[in-house]
Amino acid sequence: MQATLKENVTQTIPALSLQGVAQRFGNYVAVKGVDLVAAPGEFVAIVGPTGCGKSTLLNIVAGLKPPAEGRVEVFGEPLTGLNPAAGYLFQADSLFPWKTALENVALGPILRGVPASEARDRARAWLSKVGLKGFEDRYPHQLSGGMKKRVALAQVLILSPKILLMDEPFGALDVQTRQLMENELLALWQEDKKTVLFVTHDLEEAIALADRVVVFSAGPASRIVGDFKIELPRPRDVAEIRLTEGFLKIHKEIWGLLREEVMRAHAR
Amino acid sequence: MRARVRLLQLGLLVFLIAGWEVSVRAGWVDAFFFSKPTDIAARVWEWFSTGEIYGHLWITLWETLLAFLIGTVLGVVLGLWLALVPTASAVLDPFIKALNSIPRVILAPIFTLWFGLGVASKVALGVTLVFFVAFFNTYQGIKEVNPVVLANARMLGASGSQLLRHVYLPSAASWIFSSLRTSIGFAVIGAVVGEYLGSAMGLGYLISQAEGVFDTTGVFAGMVVLAAFVVLLDWVVSRVESRLLVWRPVPGQEGGTV
Repeated sequence: MQATLKENVTQTIPALSLQGVAQRFGNYVAVKGVDLVAAPGEFVAIVGPTGCGKSTLLNIVAGLKPPAEGRVEVFGEPLTGLNPAAGYLFQADSLFPWKTALENVALGPILRGVPASEARDRARAWLSKVGLKGFEDRYPHQLSGGMKKRVALAQVLILSPKILLMDEPFGALDVQTRQLMENELLALWQEDKKTVLFVTHDLEEAIALADRVVVFSAGPASRIVGDFKIELPRPRDVAEIRLTEGFLKIHKEIWGLLREEVMRAHAR
Repeated sequence: MRARVRLLQLGLLVFLIAGWEVSVRAGWVDAFFFSKPTDIAARVWEWFSTGEIYGHLWITLWETLLAFLIGTVLGVVLGLWLALVPTASAVLDPFIKALNSIPRVILAPIFTLWFGLGVASKVALGVTLVFFVAFFNTYQGIKEVNPVVLANARMLGASGSQLLRHVYLPSAASWIFSSLRTSIGFAVIGAVVGEYLGSAMGLGYLISQAEGVFDTTGVFAGMVVLAAFVVLLDWVVSRVESRLLVWRPVPGQEGGTV
């Protein structure tokens, strides 16, 4: 099961390619020696103990903070500055509190020069697509946690990024809302198969969603210690798939590795 | 609950005024030093019925508004600049602190010397007060911009000027608005203190004239008009504020329904 994906990579230009990437904050080395390749349309989940530098890695890929060492390539081009192909769904609330749901979703197109009325029409369509018809004029503080995530998702997807970066996007939601959102995410992804980097500390979530699960070691100087292909059938239902034999088998296999890292992280 | 509080407030007010009136009439306190509420009310009525007060009110209002506008614009612009350009803030920081430490009253005579006895010297004094309030609040507001929202805006493709328009300014708006409430008060102080120390018009002048002839009724009447004036201005600003900050959560109204 330890897949290297070499076969895939040689055929097509990878959507994302990281070579020897390291990041430091002062003297603290967050990640070091990270090599990671994601094929176009691949859903890659990154798991690891808390504080292993998973978010750091997403920020590097987003171009928000350039790496201290190493190379990042996006569809074969070296990344300089912000990653134009990427949409970023943040862990914390990232909506503009002074804009309504509609204005939040319409912002991306407006910033890119789309006329306001057209941007609003597209935003309205996206809001109903994420199940928020009728909530266009609500401000973020008037929405529940799950609804805010839906708005944030629509805000990112309206720009149809080729790469979707997700940093524990559903971590703060209750279990039911979370599974609902996970299924919706899968349905949206199934439509046009973006490349997804999905960071989470929840192994079950990672397996249920992804084509591949990458395991990070405990920090400091986190690196990749495991890379597992998830060959579960699609389309999936995240709640049901957890009960299948294939799921339990791969879960057991990855957990064996992740457990050690979690223990090490706690021992520190 | 609300009605009860209002009732108690009214009761307290009536008690204080009646107590004052009775104490003076009974001769427990000297009317020469304390005047009395009925006289003060009569004086205020006289000022308004003869129209004598309007000229003074108008001048004070004009000075207040000018000081408020000029001081706020300068403060917001400089606050934005220093918050967004770290070098500028590092260089100017000690200068701003030093300037802000000057007690403004001592500037009044020198402003009178520079700008004359008219409106300009009062506006200048008000600006020195208002400027720092607007400046510090804008600076703080920009510094406290949520970094996640900022990163989100950048990922969505915002350029420098778009960041200013869609993130920095709206984010600082609640700070700037809370500064406006304070600023309008300071602008009045600037105007009235300026008038008090040397002028020929305005509420401050009126009070200082009354003091000059030991007319305590006039002094108290001036204070009453001044207080009403400030309360009215503050009300107008707070109306504008709540109109422009509809997006801000009201405490207890957080979170919607699923």
